[in-house]
Amino acid sequence: MSITLPDSLHPSSASPRLVVQAGRTTRARTFLLAQDVIDGTRLWRLAFTLGWLDIKLRYRGSVLGPFWLTLSTGAMVGALGVLYSTLFKTNSTDYIPFFALSQVLWTFVSVVILEGCTCFTLSESVIRSVRMPFFVHAIRSLVRNALVLAHNVLVVVVVFAIYRIWPGWHALLALPGLVLWIIDGLAVSMLLGAVCARYRDIPPIIASLMTIAFFVTPVMWQPKQIGKSLNWLLAGNPFFDVLEVVRAPLLGTTAGSHIWIAALVFSAVLCATAWVGFAHARARIAFWI
Amino acid sequence: MHGDSRVEVAGLSVFFPLYHGSSRSLKKTVLAAAAGRLAQDRKQRVVVEALRDVSFTLRAGDRLGLVGGNGAGKTTLLRTIAGIYEPVMGRLEIVGSLHALLDANLGMNTDLTGRENILLRGLYSNLSRPEIARLEEDVREFAELGDFMDLPVRIYSSGMVVRLGFALATAIRPRILVMDEWLMAGDASFMDKARARLEDMVSGAEILVLASHTAAIVKEWCDRVLWLDQGRVRDDGAPDQVLERYLGHPVEDTKAAGMSVA
Repeated sequence: MSITLPDSLHPSSASPRLVVQAGRTTRARTFLLAQDVIDGTRLWRLAFTLGWLDIKLRYRGSVLGPFWLTLSTGAMVGALGVLYSTLFKTNSTDYIPFFALSQVLWTFVSVVILEGCTCFTLSESVIRSVRMPFFVHAIRSLVRNALVLAHNVLVVVVVFAIYRIWPGWHALLALPGLVLWIIDGLAVSMLLGAVCARYRDIPPIIASLMTIAFFVTPVMWQPKQIGKSLNWLLAGNPFFDVLEVVRAPLLGTTAGSHIWIAALVFSAVLCATAWVGFAHARARIAFWI
Repeated sequence: MHGDSRVEVAGLSVFFPLYHGSSRSLKKTVLAAAAGRLAQDRKQRVVVEALRDVSFTLRAGDRLGLVGGNGAGKTTLLRTIAGIYEPVMGRLEIVGSLHALLDANLGMNTDLTGRENILLRGLYSNLSRPEIARLEEDVREFAELGDFMDLPVRIYSSGMVVRLGFALATAIRPRILVMDEWLMAGDASFMDKARARLEDMVSGAEILVLASHTAAIVKEWCDRVLWLDQGRVRDDGAPDQVLERYLGHPVEDTKAAGMSVA
């Protein structure tokens, strides 16, 4: 099906045209997906407002609002940080800031993946009542979780202040990593959103996989703590590379070029899979949800 | 007004896949219930043939009414024209801005306040800040929300929800208007007020596609009627003739029968 629809509702735009045709070629599907992404990006104000209202709704009527997130993350990081640094017999000055940052970043990564699974099914009523680019739902999910991250980052700031750690200008090197995260987050939401709309068994599977990923990825343990025999655990784990491109600069070090290459290769594979998968599924999503 | 709006539907078929729990027993149950309308597609999935080979063309000035029993495919056809469902066969071409009013809530989030719902609708239409402010003023005034603007829609009275939905739905003037009959079915006192606004929007639209169960509504608003039966076009033509065949007796004149559109 080929569809050209700049803005279906704007009365002032000059004769928008929508063509829907059965029996598509791969090229037509690719074009339609590109159109979806472009139209969705043009509606960024809507997507940002939706994400922001999600947070507002979640905490409507509560005095502290989303700062409950900050408090609970802070409590958890404090309790587990002390516990783990004792268990692992590590220097708490070294360990606790690492753990605080890792935990906050990991929470973002894992929730983006988990909520990506439901980004279309939760918007069922909207998808079935108006034609809206699917990309809007992916942006909404990412914006919502970026707002949560912004509240949790306060915990990291406090912990860094307590231990007098200041990554300095080095922290700016995390920006390219964050850009990669935004792209990956959108791609994963589009892919999992479509797959999970079709197969309802996938979200629980993803949830279990993320729990396992948490333990095998250096979040609560440091990469240097692992013995040589288990080094393959890091080499074969894309979560480690993706996490490291943002985490290392914030800890005042640099992610090595091999880490960046692995993260880029993994992201490219993810984006390509998402592109092909979503291009295939796009026209059917309204029937699946 | 441009006058070049067009809706072209050619050989359109829409099938619904039955994915979730399409076990054999369910398959049999559904088969028994919808005898004759289930088929299997190439991949051996069970599908409901919601629309089969529907064709028609509408040009500026056309007012099409869709009639048919429950499950005849009226809403599916409206959703397909609105670009929500994509067909498995055939082609659809829409020229001109289209607005589809398919259900009273239109994706309204009842946990959000009236003001927030209006804001979302404005952003969806890519309106600028001052335009959204005007939209808000217009809707607030028409729906008589007053101080309820900043309270969640969930606590509104049902009348207020209908008024808000109606005001939002009619605030944006499209060139092609696609609607289900809910808009026409408000309570009587509200309809007096709503009627002018509705008539204004409908007459402003170049093309109207209206699905309804009520022959009188179709006769009053439409100049062409499409009778859908089991997903196929059973009849297509002038309202009087098609409605007579559909009902099995001539349609009484609405006004003579003392019925208003509501």
